[in-house]
Amino acid sequence: MIEVSNVSKRYGETLVLDEVSVQLPAGKITSIIGPNGAGKSTLVSIMGRLLPMDAGHVLVDGLDVTETADDVLARHLSILRQENQIVSRLTVRDLVAFGRYPYTKGRPTVEDREHIAQALSYLQLEPLAGRFLDELSGGQRQRAFIAMVLCQDTKYVLLDEPLNNLDMKHAVGMMKLLKDAAAKLGKTFVLVLHDINFASCYSDHIVALRDGKLAYQGTPEEIMQPDVLAEIYDLPIDIHEIGGHRIGLYFT
Amino acid sequence: MRLALAILAILGLAAVSLFVGVEDVSPAALISQHADRDALLVLLASRIPRTLALVLSGASMAVAGYIMQMLARNRFVEPTTAGTVESASLGILVVMLFAPGLPIFGRMIVATLFALAGTALFLQIVRQIPLRSPYIVPLVGIMLGGVISAVATFLAYRYDMLQSLGAWTTGDFSTVLRGRYELLWISLALTGLAYIAADRFTVAGMGEDFTTNLGMNYRKVVSLGLTIVSMVTAVVITTVGVIPFVGLVVPNIVSLALGDNARRSIPWIALAGAGLVLSCDIIGRIVRYPYEIPVGTVLGVVGAAAFLYLLLRRGTRLA
Amino acid sequence: MLKLSRRSPLAMVLALGGLATVSAIAFMTIGAKGNWDFVLPFRGVKLAGMVLVGYAIAVSTVLFQTVTQNRILTPSVMGFDALYILIQTCLVYFVGAAGFASIDPRLLFGLEVAVMVTFAVLLFRWLFSGRVRSIYLLMLVGLVFGILFRSLAGFLQRIIDPNDFVALQGEIFASFNAIDQQLLLVAAIAVLLVSLIGWRLLHTFDVLALGRETAINLGVDYRRTVTLILILISILVSVSTALVGSTAFRGPAMFFGLLVSNLAYQLVPTHRHVYLLPAAAFIAIICLAGGQTLLEQVVDFGTALPIVIEFLGGLVFILLLLKGAAR
Repeated sequence: MIEVSNVSKRYGETLVLDEVSVQLPAGKITSIIGPNGAGKSTLVSIMGRLLPMDAGHVLVDGLDVTETADDVLARHLSILRQENQIVSRLTVRDLVAFGRYPYTKGRPTVEDREHIAQALSYLQLEPLAGRFLDELSGGQRQRAFIAMVLCQDTKYVLLDEPLNNLDMKHAVGMMKLLKDAAAKLGKTFVLVLHDINFASCYSDHIVALRDGKLAYQGTPEEIMQPDVLAEIYDLPIDIHEIGGHRIGLYFT
Repeated sequence: MRLALAILAILGLAAVSLFVGVEDVSPAALISQHADRDALLVLLASRIPRTLALVLSGASMAVAGYIMQMLARNRFVEPTTAGTVESASLGILVVMLFAPGLPIFGRMIVATLFALAGTALFLQIVRQIPLRSPYIVPLVGIMLGGVISAVATFLAYRYDMLQSLGAWTTGDFSTVLRGRYELLWISLALTGLAYIAADRFTVAGMGEDFTTNLGMNYRKVVSLGLTIVSMVTAVVITTVGVIPFVGLVVPNIVSLALGDNARRSIPWIALAGAGLVLSCDIIGRIVRYPYEIPVGTVLGVVGAAAFLYLLLRRGTRLA
Repeated sequence: MLKLSRRSPLAMVLALGGLATVSAIAFMTIGAKGNWDFVLPFRGVKLAGMVLVGYAIAVSTVLFQTVTQNRILTPSVMGFDALYILIQTCLVYFVGAAGFASIDPRLLFGLEVAVMVTFAVLLFRWLFSGRVRSIYLLMLVGLVFGILFRSLAGFLQRIIDPNDFVALQGEIFASFNAIDQQLLLVAAIAVLLVSLIGWRLLHTFDVLALGRETAINLGVDYRRTVTLILILISILVSVSTALVGSTAFRGPAMFFGLLVSNLAYQLVPTHRHVYLLPAAAFIAIICLAGGQTLLEQVVDFGTALPIVIEFLGGLVFILLLLKGAAR
């Protein structure tokens, strides 16, 4: 379980997160939604100890993220941000292999090689394994980074907009993969999502932020309500039940 | 009204500049009963020319920097961050090597041509830069200056001229005498010309399409601006040496105080430039009295510190 | 390009190592007229200086670029060696030339390195604290800091006693021709220590090259590691500046590191520092020893090497900027 208690964060004068407290269940997929500037990415970065917080604390399986040694935490929790620019010339396989660094500090074992091969195959990256990252499209690169994080094989995985740059086929494939990993391997995923319908179809729990505050949280059924979404997004959204899922229509 | 006060302040500084130095030329010494003829001579032959040279070069370098900033549409460009200064120095070196007999005016013309070529090259490179972060522009300029000065150093090294190259790469007014600074009046004329053409530079700064739309010939305006800048730089370097950062610091400070209206700013920029160079020269004369520290060295410190301030100031306006 | 990328890094490093050895041998032997007893020790000291300086500049530049994730930054573009010269000038200013000369050069070096490390780490911790957001702004600020340090040093040099100044000039405008042998030993020990620490961090360097966030995610204690690397870099820069000074007015190493590191990235297409660091060091030695031999024996331009390097490196820098290598 990830416990976030009274977390606040300021950038200069602006309060980006205001006393956010939320508990995210283990072994499930939690989606964080909300309009631009609601503090979603900031919250995930703080949970993944990439950003310091001004107040509050975050516990992951009882480990305080600001106090636990980085290498210990790296075996419990992994995080992937949206922007990942790499200057060095790396192949996809090299990048994915870095996921094993927390365990072997750069000297891969046979077991590591299995993890690497598995992660590559999960994301259907085998044909691209020998290609350099700068020769790939944005979506392919995104998949390579996610493969690295999966190769890290942590119980908790935080992904900031994992569907960025992915086409429809790969976006759906990615969400199915995560759902599968949560169900079979008991992994916990926390995702920042822009598309409420992906959040509705694939998550077990949804957390909605607005203006740095926790607006709502609950099951997809509880969140995917016209009045709730209207308040979060300040936009009228119709909800339709299609194939057992609640889908929001807001295009017109 | 405020402008009048500023002029008074500059006159005050100029007066201080007249009376500071190894030789005693205080007003008392000048009008004392047995009027010291030496003091008068020093005043006429050295102090007045020096003070005039300070005012002229400070004012014109500051305005030259301002013109460059408008043309390059970048606040951090000036002759020392655009390869102009290094090109002009290279030009002087070439003259010294291949036509040592050329009179100072000819030397200035060659330096101008080199400065013009270097600055045009700089603008050409800046146009090619894919990502136009405002900070890249001065970076490229400083590096281009480094490359050009490497060429100059190499030539100077080959022909045993490193010593003389050093002489004009650090601005120094201590050798200014009557008969050896008059070229600087040209830069005053150029500054006047810049004032008259001020609006055109503002328009040119908006871009080629915008300028053409207003019925002006973009290339002509840019060429005029470049010529003024190159000539001012060349004149100042041939007479007193490089005066760094004046063209960068002064226009930025003035723009912080007054905003950007070329016609209103230029007189202020000229005055403040003169004031800055005067003060730095006076500091250089006092700090290690009776020795002198060249104004180029003092300005290197003051200018670099001010440049850092401008860069790191909160909420810096870009470009 | 593709063919080039598929070359084996190990083979490239070995080839560069061979070429570096050939350059060193050429430097030691070509044009030596008789009397080996004189030539060998004389050139040996010079060569040792070149190897140390080349190694220090190459390694410090590659590490700096790894930490900053930018391939056109170098410690000297960011004012590191200017800082060293400023420290040296301040020492002469406060102690006086007589005091300065009476201190054991090794002790002096130790003192200067200590001050250098302190200041560099403070300054760069601040610069990289995230306050300065744009990488270009960071570079420009570093560059201007360098100009400020140099101007301040120049200013102090004018203020100090003219006799003191002459003493200082000898220190600052040192060259491969006048390397202090005592200092050479201390420098070698310093470089060795740095290398031993660096050896243990080799894999960490690879991870750091992925960027701050990925590195933290993979369990690197980012703040501590980066501080440690900045200390290592400061020591290496002190070594190179102490040995050969800063000859040209912007310093000979301004673009040298840039030239060397980018050649290494081009020739050895790998992310692994196990290969990158030795490759860069070998290229540096080839440039210095080979370049010196070439300039001395073939075209008779003797001491012009730093100038040629400055020129070539500056061109490379502008090309890299134009290519948008700095992201």
